Amino acid sequence: MSTTNPPLPEFDIDPRAFRTLADAQMGVELDTGDMILNLGPQHPATHGTLRLVVRLDGERVIAADPVIGYMHRGYEKLVEFRTYPQITTLINRIDWLSSFANEVPFIDAAEKLMGVEAPPRAQYIRTILTELSRISTFVLFLGEMGLQVGALTPAFYGFRDREHVVNLIEAVTGGRFHPNFNRVGGLKDDLPWGWVNETRTVLKKIYDACDTFEDLVAGNEIFHARTKGVGIIPPEIGAAYGVSGSNLRASGVDWDLRRDGAPYLVYRDLDFKVWTHPDGDSFARYWVRLQETRESCRMVLQLLDALPSGPIMAKVPRIIKVPEGEVWTEVENPLGQMGYYVFSKGATGPFRVKIRSASFSNVSILPWLLRGVFVPDVITILASLYFILGDIDR
Amino acid sequence: MKKPKLPGVIGGLGITFKTMLKPAVTVQYPHEREDPPTRARGVIALKEENCTVCMLCARSCPDWCIYIEGHKEKRPPRREGGRDRTVSVLDRFDIDYALCMYCGICVEVCPFDALFWSPEFEYAESNIAKLLHDKRKLGEWMETVPEPEPLEIGAEVKGKKK
Amino acid sequence: MSALSFAVDIGWGTTLAIKTLVILMIVPATALILGYTFLLKMMSHMQSRLGPMDPGGFHGWFQLVGDGMKFMQKEDIMPAEADRRVFAMAPMVVVVSTFLIFLVIPAGPDIVVKNLNVGVFYALAVSSLSVIGVLMAGWASANKFSLLGALRAAAQLIAYELPLLLAIVGVVIQASTMNLQGIVGAQSTGSIFGFDGLGNPYILTQFVGFALFMIAAQAELTQTPFDMPVAESELVAGYMVEYSGFRFLFFFIGEFGTAFAFAAIAATIFLGGWALPASWGLSVGLMRFVGPAVLFAKIMFVAFLMFWVRFTYPRLREDQLQALAWKVLIPIGLLNIVATAILKVAM
Repeated sequence: MSTTNPPLPEFDIDPRAFRTLADAQMGVELDTGDMILNLGPQHPATHGTLRLVVRLDGERVIAADPVIGYMHRGYEKLVEFRTYPQITTLINRIDWLSSFANEVPFIDAAEKLMGVEAPPRAQYIRTILTELSRISTFVLFLGEMGLQVGALTPAFYGFRDREHVVNLIEAVTGGRFHPNFNRVGGLKDDLPWGWVNETRTVLKKIYDACDTFEDLVAGNEIFHARTKGVGIIPPEIGAAYGVSGSNLRASGVDWDLRRDGAPYLVYRDLDFKVWTHPDGDSFARYWVRLQETRESCRMVLQLLDALPSGPIMAKVPRIIKVPEGEVWTEVENPLGQMGYYVFSKGATGPFRVKIRSASFSNVSILPWLLRGVFVPDVITILASLYFILGDIDR
Repeated sequence: MKKPKLPGVIGGLGITFKTMLKPAVTVQYPHEREDPPTRARGVIALKEENCTVCMLCARSCPDWCIYIEGHKEKRPPRREGGRDRTVSVLDRFDIDYALCMYCGICVEVCPFDALFWSPEFEYAESNIAKLLHDKRKLGEWMETVPEPEPLEIGAEVKGKKK
Repeated sequence: MSALSFAVDIGWGTTLAIKTLVILMIVPATALILGYTFLLKMMSHMQSRLGPMDPGGFHGWFQLVGDGMKFMQKEDIMPAEADRRVFAMAPMVVVVSTFLIFLVIPAGPDIVVKNLNVGVFYALAVSSLSVIGVLMAGWASANKFSLLGALRAAAQLIAYELPLLLAIVGVVIQASTMNLQGIVGAQSTGSIFGFDGLGNPYILTQFVGFALFMIAAQAELTQTPFDMPVAESELVAGYMVEYSGFRFLFFFIGEFGTAFAFAAIAATIFLGGWALPASWGLSVGLMRFVGPAVLFAKIMFVAFLMFWVRFTYPRLREDQLQALAWKVLIPIGLLNIVATAILKVAM
């Protein structure tokens, strides 16, 4: 169920061999020297059903092996038998915390194949909702990383402040977690009356919430002691493993697909800053996401001021039949770089879709990263990488 | 030169203390209720007189949770000297809410506006079989369907000349 | 209690029985009060939510009582490979050590179970017994997570005994006695630079000791920021993870009862205990009624500080925790003792 890469040369024992050993030792045997510990798949710190088999010497990790696949739902097989609107419904559930952002690259790919372009108002609203999803998932991250290092209160603040954003998304799309709002050629519906003013109020609250998190968590000396210097990802190693998004930017790599990749949505018209941090440790990843939340608030304000009027849907036939062709789109999802490779044979549904999810590659660095750290640091590192199981396993 | 700040540990204590003094944000359901927005996807309602048993909704459901059965009936012509008409009559229209993903494709796809969204969400049952709503129950949900709300400034209003 | 023997002459056996019964009833009651006020209500409001509201009608006061009843009627589950007798005895050891601390805490002029002359020393000694209970629990659970938790706990609890002791020694030097009633009396009748309106609560002169005691007590109770043994998001209750039902209830009572006991000791030796300043001229008879209420108020204040810190901070890692104890707190404690001794002799 895990990766099929050849064993890394740094290990003195094949990770697959000691994973089998761990399975056999699922009972109560204790090695006198090293101890094999199963973190998960049911564990509060692993964000879902990630199983991490670690080999411990006292409290130090000698080797770690993530075992994924406990939440595999077979997306790439499911979409082979569904039409484009049905697939839009399903792919919401890959990264469920920022679900609007999952739909966008897929719809973008279908529109590219059809040669249809969504009208400008639809593009702006798509960008606004993507950034709102980014804000909602990052606010939750700011809270729950505090929880993983032991502070109970920030998690509740994270959920409380996220409610406002989620209510906004519900007012537009009808769904809090699964908007299912994109359609090939535009959006399903337009904004309800008064939504723009409501959004401005909510953004102010989120801005204040970021200050709360900065004082309560990021400014706390105990938090510094737990996260500074822990889990340092050097930029070359991170890039080699495919780590992307805020994790890579926290190692100092100035790369953001919204600014540097192929143009999508209206990011080229926006004026925004890409935040990086030179350290590459867990604190840097927290700090970068904190700044990115604030930056997203500013971006949404710009977008609201510049929102054009007009139609919300381009002229597309009732039954969407995408002509033959293949296309690859990649976007900056909140979790990292997400991509869809759509191969169409002219039917009402795609022939094959390959989903490149950000968390899959983010988690692949764990065997390298977790060598020599303490068990509490394992939890801190897992929290700071911020992966979602639905994104890893699809 | 920044003015000296309190150590972060003290600032954190201040934040929790201040939050303790403010009122809590909990809405005590079921004593108090917070109404969902108008567009919230709570339950699907069926307007039976509009349905022509075209089966588009059942076909486009990603979960195949809509069960439709109908039959054709002959009706007398509308005017003198006309042909006999054939009308599709709905026998059975069930939505299985245990399977429904609340995606809304059926509502969107219906060409005759027979399906509507309603923000009603309090229909949980202790027996899964009762989550299969038949057409009588779906017709009852029609009373809870709200009026469509006005759209934001700048939206294109269909049918009106600019 | 001598108040009783004043009114009616009962034998020592009956007195012993009454005292035992009172202690056995008070400790769970204090655990309940502390648990409800701070864990359920204060923590909830700090997290912008309400906590239990329905049980019992008025703001959910019945929640913990109901929880206790629920625990009592649960099935007694023991892991198959667990060491049965050690597994069963571990919560008992922890709870017994809690009960024993309450023996020396005075609540009034003569309301104390046993006014030992080495009261403070005795309280510290019996509070260390819980370490054994924790180790027993962790080992007997036959679970690697419990073992990790128990090992962390043992190292932490032993390390933080010393700052606790050093903080108290400062007070003992200043009061010249280890008897808790004597310490209360010294604070009540003392004066600050000649002004005796407030007595002489030792928190003013022993503020370093107070800070040390609070930090060390936080660590002894394995509360955040020192709750590595019970790290909820890592080990999921650490050494207590295999315990359910009434065995878990004992651990719970032990934890909150000990919190109450430590808060009581802090209130007694730093804030003046049950006594109001002697210059206010309140009669002994009146203090027999007002004393417990005054002590309760001071305990609630100290407990508020402890729980406030618990709900705000993240937790320290094991090695950082140990470094804090050995490299920072113990030197400060020793300096505090030296300074206190010098000033005591000089003035």
